[in-house]
Amino acid sequence: MSATEAASQAAAPHEAGRDYFASLARWKVWEILFWATLAGCYFFPDIDRMLMSRVIIWGLFAMSLDVLLGYRGIPSLGHAVFFGVGAYVAGFLGKFGWTEPISGLFFAMFVAGALGLVMGKLVQRVTGVGLLMVTLGLNLIVFDFVLRSTELTGGDDGLQGIVIAPVLNYFRFDIWGRTAFWYAFVVAFVLFVVTRMLLKSPFGLALIGARENPRRMLTLGAPVEGDVSRAFMIAAALAGAAGALLTQTTQTAAPTYLSFQRSADVLVILIIGGAGRLYGGFIGAIVFILLQDYVSALSPVYWYFWIGLLLVIIVSFFRKGLLPSVEQLYDRLRSRKSAGPPG
Amino acid sequence: MSEAVLETKNMHMAFGGLVIFEAIDFSLRRGDRHAIIGPNGAGKTTFINLVTGLLKPRAGEIWFDGRNVTQDTPQQRVKAGLVRTFQINSLFKALNPLESVMLALLEREGRSKPSLRTVAQEKPLIDEAMALLDRFGLAGDAFSITDALAYGKQRLLEVVLALALKPKVLLLDEPAAGLSTQQGHEVFAKLADLPGETAILFIEHDMNLVFQYADIVSVFAAGSMVLQDTPENVRASPRVREVYLGA
Repeated sequence: MSATEAASQAAAPHEAGRDYFASLARWKVWEILFWATLAGCYFFPDIDRMLMSRVIIWGLFAMSLDVLLGYRGIPSLGHAVFFGVGAYVAGFLGKFGWTEPISGLFFAMFVAGALGLVMGKLVQRVTGVGLLMVTLGLNLIVFDFVLRSTELTGGDDGLQGIVIAPVLNYFRFDIWGRTAFWYAFVVAFVLFVVTRMLLKSPFGLALIGARENPRRMLTLGAPVEGDVSRAFMIAAALAGAAGALLTQTTQTAAPTYLSFQRSADVLVILIIGGAGRLYGGFIGAIVFILLQDYVSALSPVYWYFWIGLLLVIIVSFFRKGLLPSVEQLYDRLRSRKSAGPPG
Repeated sequence: MSEAVLETKNMHMAFGGLVIFEAIDFSLRRGDRHAIIGPNGAGKTTFINLVTGLLKPRAGEIWFDGRNVTQDTPQQRVKAGLVRTFQINSLFKALNPLESVMLALLEREGRSKPSLRTVAQEKPLIDEAMALLDRFGLAGDAFSITDALAYGKQRLLEVVLALALKPKVLLLDEPAAGLSTQQGHEVFAKLADLPGETAILFIEHDMNLVFQYADIVSVFAAGSMVLQDTPENVRASPRVREVYLGA
């Protein structure tokens, strides 16, 4: 900090405080660049737009887990439950005549969010390994239920006969994924903006406070347990939106949507990208899904070998994931630059 | 004679077979600067844990601000104005002091429910947080990560967090623990400046601090309150000497 800066801070400490929180809330240039680039992907020649819409959907899904894991510090091994419930709710609606996608999406979010609230109430007093067990257990129960209820869900074959009307009654879902891409992009972006606001709000700060020191939050009078179930509800609704997006853009819903494998994948994606940064899920999804697509085309059998290797490398060398490491590097470069060359 | 703001009536506590308090009657008057002293293991910290609700007494009642709060949760007691600090720093390591104080202020004002308003929009509270930090000489560290602060500053932040809740009663568990004598005096001097209506109950081992800043002193030993009197009388009491030095 320069001397003049220090002097102005001492003169007006209040301004400095307001500026600090304003700068936290402000959109950074790189954020705008990120979303512009993601949208711009659409115009690349030969790009697989179906694949890109899957990247966006997984990014949204991983971001939903970030609310729990990154911001509140709650690990979940059963996050695919909410994704799957969102997917099946959207699928049932499409199958039984409610084909309008946007209202279907909202309804799927609502159901997944309600389930998240119940789940949150169940686990709000549980911590650590116990939490992993409860979320994993719930995942297995719901997965088994969907797989066995063949009458209702089609079992292994998935849900058949889903019809989704054109978005805004105009943009038909086509095989090139043109509508799928824009629909997924716009929904993910809108939900991202809302989540960003939520996490920059006093509620978001309280989540981080409880992550850092729940006992101290209690002695400040904070409703720590209630906030756990609220965080679960929000994360579940977002995951449900991701599931509904996948069903609506592909007109299918399969039990694998809520398999334990998917819960593990989304955790891997978030950790690759970096938890607690809001963008970690999207960065992780870009790396994971594109790599999965590339490697599985080369050798479908060994795909998880490569992902395992990648995970080991990232956790050994980048510790907190890609995004935080890039951030650190950037900060270091910038501070070196501003310090100027020695001598 | 002002009224009692915090009282325990016949409070009994035991961990398993180990009796901590047989039956303790204690009262803290509004605006008092009240010290609890006593040898290690006398139950001083347990007393604070009971009063704040982290522990439940086996029997007896706790009254705060004219209300029986024995069955209230710790949060309800905090909301009612009964606030504590910890003997060992219990802070938000990855947050900076400004964010930490904002947590307390937002909680006090009940503004932490899910919303789409950013923290930046809470301008009066941000100003209040900065003013509080400024008063305790922490304004210059407002934006440094708490974990990187010197120990003495973390102790101060611990006190600031409690004060931010505008407590009626402030319970300080060894606020000067680990501080140099001079830093200890600085902390207490700041506390002495607080408005008179805030009652302060503090546990302290440094007798210089106790006798300089307390209006009244309670001596705990072996599960009971041996004495409650002015600092002068406590200093002169042969009973206290006996408790500390052994009979």
